Amino acid sequence: MTNIVVAVKYVPDATADRTFNSSDNTVDRENVDGLLSELDEYAVEQALQVVEAGEGEVTVVTVGPADAADAVRKALQMGADKGVHVEDDAIHGSDAFATSLVLAKAIEKLDYDLVFFGMASTDGGLGVVPTLVAERLGLPAVTFASEVSVDGDTVKIRRDGDAATQQIEATGKLVVSVTDQTGEARYPSFKGIMAAKKKPVEEWTLSDLGVDASDVGLDAAWTKVESFTERPPRTAGEIVTDEGDGGSKLVEFLASKKFV
Amino acid sequence: MTEVLVLIEAPQGKVTKPSLELLTIARSIGEPSAVVFGEADASVLAEYGAEKIYTYDDAAYGDFLVAPKAEALAALVAEKSPAAVLAPASTEGKEISARVALKTDSGWIGDAVDVSVDGGTITTTQSVFAGNFTVQSQVSKGAPIITVKPNSVTPEAASGAGTVEAVSFDVPDSAKTVKIVSSEARQSTGRPELTEAAIVVSGGRGTGGDFSEVEAFADSLGAAVGASRAAVDSGWKPHTFQVGQTGKTVSPQLYVANGISGAIQHRAGMQTSKTIVAVNKDDEAPIFELVDFGVVGDLKTVLPQATEAITQRKG
Repeated sequence: MTNIVVAVKYVPDATADRTFNSSDNTVDRENVDGLLSELDEYAVEQALQVVEAGEGEVTVVTVGPADAADAVRKALQMGADKGVHVEDDAIHGSDAFATSLVLAKAIEKLDYDLVFFGMASTDGGLGVVPTLVAERLGLPAVTFASEVSVDGDTVKIRRDGDAATQQIEATGKLVVSVTDQTGEARYPSFKGIMAAKKKPVEEWTLSDLGVDASDVGLDAAWTKVESFTERPPRTAGEIVTDEGDGGSKLVEFLASKKFV
Repeated sequence: MTEVLVLIEAPQGKVTKPSLELLTIARSIGEPSAVVFGEADASVLAEYGAEKIYTYDDAAYGDFLVAPKAEALAALVAEKSPAAVLAPASTEGKEISARVALKTDSGWIGDAVDVSVDGGTITTTQSVFAGNFTVQSQVSKGAPIITVKPNSVTPEAASGAGTVEAVSFDVPDSAKTVKIVSSEARQSTGRPELTEAAIVVSGGRGTGGDFSEVEAFADSLGAAVGASRAAVDSGWKPHTFQVGQTGKTVSPQLYVANGISGAIQHRAGMQTSKTIVAVNKDDEAPIFELVDFGVVGDLKTVLPQATEAITQRKG
């Protein structure tokens, strides 16, 4: 029996024009279309595979504004059993540390053996929330897993790092973040889409979690964005068409910049 | 002068270039103290300005994932009350530093590309949303714990005392739960590390699976070789070569994209490169919107000619 909680994030679509709110320097999540972070789909997929290979339940949890429920729904359509959506106005502007507090408190309320995350979000992209949630839960974390399997009480993980490929083994509760190397995420089937409509999604607020509103949000942030600047669009570079001298022209450019 | 703790990475005892960059940044804040788990060449650390070198020697640091190192570093931070802690923005550097931040109630900043000090206040600069914005941040709690991206500064030698202080720390059993059963070192390509290299030459779908022209060109420039997701997904290069959102983020002085269309996923991994050059057959490839210089042409003919021209220049 392996019960898995998958934490997912609703992110601004990376192909849309992402920006900041000029009033408080937070990420604009309202005027941009969002979706379940592509990288979190791999975590949902892995959780489903582990449970399908044995027994257990997959619960999806997200923290975010009303629209974030879409991310939970997508995961339920893929096959997760139930969802939790933590929504509270006080959470707006939370940094990774406050977000990890809310997530950890929500996960504590659930029955779980493993907690899965995507490798990083596609907006903030620091990939640090899994580690922070693990630290708050007093658990070890194995990040950037390329392969995950559960053998009895033991979780076996392959990690392809920069310098080496590691085989990791752990027993007991564990936080895992998975990369896109774990395998393609499934598309929701028509049956899955219909079934998801009947699956339970709990709505929790901070008070349900026993989190003090003053510990989250912009004012509680341990780090603050003091200012932001949009980079001026790159001035159009010089484009040449190869007419038998493209390579030479390329090297002339590199020489003008002192790279050769 | 106040102490600045610098987490050093030194695989097989060799101090990495990003670690030396951290020492250079640390000198602008205060007195750098290197923190070393396992072996590292102390003379190199002193040469780049380390006044003190704290060394930790316990098999647990190599046998388990980050927990033992995080416990040890958190204890050191509590004892020394440094002005700041700098760590490389590597997977391990981020995990150790983030855990230390929570353990010590300190603000954490990830992926800084610049760190400046004004009247004792430390401000960092980060590049976000695929390089479309830069943000300036400060911590509002504790000493800033900052991970810094490679190539943020050029390491500068400045001799420090390099006094070695062996620290004894009892690693709690609770930190020994995730065991590294085996570790197979990646075979060295003989080229610079992708994330550290000053020049990166990448290939994509346009190579058709044959990276020989891309590699020869890279070698003529002393560059690291990267690949697009399309090339990796096709099995032409291992995932460790992948540049982009689900691969490595690189920020070299020069990035050369060959046969890569420049999808947003790829841009996210290379857009902060200082100079960008592309070679692509398709004159409408989005990568050309980013470049400082582009060649519309076949990389199979353009690159060999360029390689030849560079070899001739070198005489």
